[in-house]
Amino acid sequence: MLMFGTVAAGPENIPPPKAKYDEDTLCVEPVEIMRRQHFEYILDHRDRTVIEGIRTKKHSLIGCIDCHITPNDEGVYARYSQETHFCASCHQFAAVRIDCFQCHADRPAEAIREALKPDQHARRPVQELLETLQFSTAVFTK
Amino acid sequence: MRDTLDTTEEISTGRRQFTQGVAALGGLAIAPGVFLYHAAGAKPDDQAVSSQQRWGMLVNTNNCHEECDACVTACNEENGVWSLGRPETDAQWIRKLNVRDRQTGHVTSMPMMCQHCEHPPCVDVCPTRASFRREDGIVLVNKHTCIGCRYCMMACPYKARSFIHEPLQDQLPHSPRGKGCVESCTLCVHKVDQGDNTTACAEACAEEGHEALLFGDLNDPESEISKRLEKYGGTQIRADLGLNTGVRYQGI
Amino acid sequence: METARFSTIHANSVQYWILLGTLVLGALVGYLAAHHMDVEGHHITGMSNQIVWGFPHVAAVFLIVAASGALNVASISSVFGKVDYKPLARLSALLAIALLVGGLVILVLDLGRPDRLIIAMTVYNFKSIFAWNIFLYVGFIFITAIYLWMMMERKMNRFSKPAGFTAFIWRLILTTGTGSIFGFLVARQAYDAAIMAPLFIIMSFAFGLAVFILVLQASYAWTQRHLGDAILHKLRVLLGVFVASVFYFVLVYHLTNLYATEHHGVERFILVDGGIYTFLFWVVQMLFGCVVPLVLVFIRPFSQSRHMISLAALLVIVGGLAQLYVIIIGGQAYPLVLFPGMEESSSFFDGVVAQYAPSIFEILLGVGGICLSLAIVTVGIAVLEFLPESLSDKALKLESVTP
Repeated sequence: MLMFGTVAAGPENIPPPKAKYDEDTLCVEPVEIMRRQHFEYILDHRDRTVIEGIRTKKHSLIGCIDCHITPNDEGVYARYSQETHFCASCHQFAAVRIDCFQCHADRPAEAIREALKPDQHARRPVQELLETLQFSTAVFTK
Repeated sequence: MRDTLDTTEEISTGRRQFTQGVAALGGLAIAPGVFLYHAAGAKPDDQAVSSQQRWGMLVNTNNCHEECDACVTACNEENGVWSLGRPETDAQWIRKLNVRDRQTGHVTSMPMMCQHCEHPPCVDVCPTRASFRREDGIVLVNKHTCIGCRYCMMACPYKARSFIHEPLQDQLPHSPRGKGCVESCTLCVHKVDQGDNTTACAEACAEEGHEALLFGDLNDPESEISKRLEKYGGTQIRADLGLNTGVRYQGI
Repeated sequence: METARFSTIHANSVQYWILLGTLVLGALVGYLAAHHMDVEGHHITGMSNQIVWGFPHVAAVFLIVAASGALNVASISSVFGKVDYKPLARLSALLAIALLVGGLVILVLDLGRPDRLIIAMTVYNFKSIFAWNIFLYVGFIFITAIYLWMMMERKMNRFSKPAGFTAFIWRLILTTGTGSIFGFLVARQAYDAAIMAPLFIIMSFAFGLAVFILVLQASYAWTQRHLGDAILHKLRVLLGVFVASVFYFVLVYHLTNLYATEHHGVERFILVDGGIYTFLFWVVQMLFGCVVPLVLVFIRPFSQSRHMISLAALLVIVGGLAQLYVIIIGGQAYPLVLFPGMEESSSFFDGVVAQYAPSIFEILLGVGGICLSLAIVTVGIAVLEFLPESLSDKALKLESVTP
């Protein structure tokens, strides 16, 4: 399991995928093909989903994320900005820049819901920064 | 290159069981639309949508309460469209619109969103075909080809579209959205595709007991929406533009 | 006239390098501003979901409109056979290309996803005026470049007339396309008017010529070349005619709108109670951009002064920017009408006039595009033979005129 989750070049501490898709190929296609051509499957599927409404999971980005992005020993899901994220681990090494995760979730739905839980979406990073700034100016005015 | 790839996907029962097994294994909260399978009568996952359906909405403004915004809240929750504290640049897929007759003072309250036109001006003006109308009548933005020129926002008569003015985080898996693209109501396309036969706003409205929103297939004469429209009629907003909207209103 | 001698300017003075350095710096700052907008997102600009096109579009549309107008001087010589203008044709074509490039760069950098320019260049929706414009703009640069080549290469001179004719027709279609961006927007009260296309064409005549006059005067004054009164006063009269034509089209546009009760709201907004837009319309566009230039170019003693001609051209440019500001931003500020005759209100600013003030980043981007255009001209006239060595009355074999 570990072997197919981590790419040879990536860091070793990437949590393994949830399960083997298939006993022979491990992933949705043979691992060797997936390493080199996964984006072609994803791009092809992307247009089918957006334009034609085809919603199969096999080659969908949601399917990849759901299986490959799992929590580490502390129960924390990696973000794409971290090198322990399955996708980032290889992209960073290969100096590949993608914009998928500017819009798409880089973690499974349950992780996102968890992240949004405490007081829902009231506190966004920018607002937190603003609040900190306001706090610091308040200190100065006192 | 792509031709060499086998992208036809047979969905064997074995694989379904596997996926469901994973979901159960995790014992985690399951997001709607991620692992759940269809209601009876929904199109299979691997089948493209067709023009046999034309999805639409019927808004009965007589049942819509001015102070209620359950539909807006539900939409925001469902699609992860939340405020960043800047009303002028925050996205709004659906909004409550109050219309007051200057002569009589009568106020009509209604939800306003993408009207899913048959002849959408946004699709006409989009230079890259990113704004498009799906076969089943749902008007969407393909955010992979949207260049963020905002011409569609200039063209839309309903002010239905929002431009994303800043980087976003924690988007929901079924509702990808991000900086620099234009977006609008998707008619809960992810729910439609899994055969829910309703939208988040319509569900919320029904939960409130107002039942002012009805989702359905305008092409199916047996659907509730078609029956009601046939019996009571429905108005298009800015019907003068001849766009043949998929969202119809009663009581305006 | 065939004997006009062209030469490059000598780019060895300190002043030349200061000028070029300033322009390049301006363009660079504009690029950095755009980059910042791209990283932070458009929320740092004055633009919003109400005003989706802001100051960058005003600057870009001005440059694009002026670009097609700047080519007019060349068209007058090759299409309409006025040989007096022939020595000016090369500069006219160079200016046209430079202005268009500056305008396009602004438009591209203001996109939400400028990184996807390749998509705009490869995927087309032929029902979109925007998609047409991408063709028209790229084609314009290409055709004008060929036209320049025909004019500048002696062996090709005989083809310069057909090339000039093609460029002329192309520029008319191009400005029709630019005007139609607004003319075809059925949803908006201020835009749904077919007169937008001819209005934009006549605006291009005036703005393009005004830019041309300023660039011509500056380049001749700063390089100590002789610019005779005769040719300058021909351009002066032409500018007056174009400005008067713009006035006529603006008048017809508003009169037509005023006749239809449906448009009274938006007309009242622009003409009476629109605040900044009303001010820009009456004071900057009509008074300083139209009436004052007409006085300056047609009434003595102003019309006899070169400085006054420059001032008139400058005012036409300022008035033109104001006019586009009123059309583009004023037109969006006025709320959409979903229910005619009703009062609308919502959390999404329905029924209220939208607020807009350009941010520093938008202004820097707009000014950066203008700097880029002028930098291209500055480099152009130094590396290739665009400018005649003399435009004196004698060199042009024109009779000296008393304006």
